[in-house]
Amino acid sequence: MSQSPTTIASTVAAQAVATGSGKPGSHRRRRDRLVWWVVLIIGVTYFVLPLFATFQVSLGMTVPFKAYTNTFNDPKFWYSLLYSAVCAIGTILFSIALIVPTAYWARLKVPRARPAIEFITLLPFVVPPVVLVFGLIQVYGGGPPLGLPITSTDLGSTFLLIAAYVVLSLPYMYRSVDNGLRAVDIQSLTEAAQSLGAGWPTIIFRVILPNVRLSVLSGAFLTFAIVMGEYTIANFLARPAFGPYLSFLGRTKTFEPAAVTLISFGLTWLAMAMIALIGRKSRGRVTVVAVK
Amino acid sequence: MGFLELEGVRKEFATHVAVQGFDLDVPRGDFVSFLGPSGCGKTTTLRMIAGFELPTAGSIRIDGQDISRTPPHDRNVGMVFQSYALFPNMTVADNIGFGLRVRHVKKDDIRRKVSEMLDLIHLAGKGGQYPYELSGGMQQRVALARALAIEPRVLLLDEPLSALDAKIRVALRQEIRAIQRQLGITTVYVTHDQEEALSLSDTIVVMSEGRVEQIGPPSAIYGSPATPFVARFVGQLNVLTGTVADPKAGRMSVGDQAITLGAPLTGAVGSEASLAIRPEAIELGAGEDGAQRLVGVVEDIQFLGPVIRVRLRLDGAGGSLLFDTFNRPGTVPPVLGERVTVSFPSASALVLDATAAAVAASETDIEETP
Repeated sequence: MSQSPTTIASTVAAQAVATGSGKPGSHRRRRDRLVWWVVLIIGVTYFVLPLFATFQVSLGMTVPFKAYTNTFNDPKFWYSLLYSAVCAIGTILFSIALIVPTAYWARLKVPRARPAIEFITLLPFVVPPVVLVFGLIQVYGGGPPLGLPITSTDLGSTFLLIAAYVVLSLPYMYRSVDNGLRAVDIQSLTEAAQSLGAGWPTIIFRVILPNVRLSVLSGAFLTFAIVMGEYTIANFLARPAFGPYLSFLGRTKTFEPAAVTLISFGLTWLAMAMIALIGRKSRGRVTVVAVK
Repeated sequence: MGFLELEGVRKEFATHVAVQGFDLDVPRGDFVSFLGPSGCGKTTTLRMIAGFELPTAGSIRIDGQDISRTPPHDRNVGMVFQSYALFPNMTVADNIGFGLRVRHVKKDDIRRKVSEMLDLIHLAGKGGQYPYELSGGMQQRVALARALAIEPRVLLLDEPLSALDAKIRVALRQEIRAIQRQLGITTVYVTHDQEEALSLSDTIVVMSEGRVEQIGPPSAIYGSPATPFVARFVGQLNVLTGTVADPKAGRMSVGDQAITLGAPLTGAVGSEASLAIRPEAIELGAGEDGAQRLVGVVEDIQFLGPVIRVRLRLDGAGGSLLFDTFNRPGTVPPVLGERVTVSFPSASALVLDATAAAVAASETDIEETP
């Protein structure tokens, strides 16, 4: 079928519009860059503005930075911060010990159980912390049916708090570890290690764990952040954690809560940066081999 | 008594029988290949030897010791995987030395052994690199060195070359065979590539649907297939169907052309008979005295580099026939539509029984005479 010159010209023009070939490439690049900057500015503003406002409030005392010096001079601040950090590290260690072998075993030996495990790990999203803590007090407070007065000692209550935090961090830690395991051919690695004479502890500590290190670290970041800011469980178990301290401060002081908020932000980021540095120090890289 | 023995080995997964009645004796230092299509049970058998699967029945022995229930880490069997399975967090040297570290070998001895293995696989100087810094072929050589470093009683290779490109595959398979000969290690190699199996092995075990079809040296597997499946799976085959003319004299007719085979035929006069001929047994031209001749018209020509593959439509409704002719300098290949004579030695034709012919003819890579 023949086409008139007009038809051909309009077709070419339409194609040019459709493919964008009619516009100079630099225009498009400039437009894309503009959109990129707008999105970035909105994101940064959303994140930084509240922090800046908090900073402004924290400077509200007659003497600049007085709220900060007051905070640093308060022993309760340091104690609660240290207490929460210790709880966070305990939670991370317990979570790794519980979740890495579980996720590994589920992937390797019982893949059918994975949906059930995933469901269990999502329960903390369904059961609110206040319900969880009342359940813990009910069961481990010394009353029936168990008659175990775990909450009657500081150590017992702290242990219970860490146990509750392990439950709270389940969805984050499990998903991180499971994603890490998905990226590694764990069956072949396990079998290769076995054929070379390695037993299960060697396989887990020297083959599997180092290869999901980054995933475990990202789970650890989230867990650390959750524990440092957690209020409900620590408060009901009467623990001197950072969350209840922050709440107490908010009720009794004007400018210090803002200062403490920013300090806690800074310290949490510092802790995360340290964990990231430790992670980066370990060499190696995970590669995924495509098998037809 | 073989060094590696499998006796009545059977493996079931729920209701599916993956391997059945598997018997094998492998002499010390032999190179055995398990050859078969996907799902034929070859990898499952290998995994049972490695200890990753437990046999449902039967026994596996190495050097007379029953290892059927021994856990994999206590078998001292080296394994090379299709996916290399190198530990990504370890350097090449650490990977090779892993098995020795697990065995608490002294550091100096590990260093010496690793260096020895790196020399063996021609990767000296690469010990400090990580697996992701190496090519696929290099990674597989490291995997081989890692498996050999522990001086295993048996070396198992599960389609180790499948993920590599063709050139590297050929080079590496020669290297594997050279190393195996040098170390004299008993080796079991799983592959679905007949060329690999034929070129590497002392013995080939052809498997289909969980059963052993034939065990024998490559020449026997290729030249005297015991079952239709083996004839079909290994190499290419022409299946000609004709009628028996004189059973005692081994004479039959294909279409309206007569041929005489070396051996008597079993059928009665007028009954149908099928014979299989490899394309490379057929040559262009009348051949020597005593050769069997068929005439036909060239209907297709494929240029395959060193050889030219020709498809012939036989005269007198004799069906079609594939044959190869070497692409020697100066060779003038036949042209499409040309009427040519081909010949083959009587002894190269294999008479198939009715069932065998039906099975063989049903396969797509076989030329069948209607």
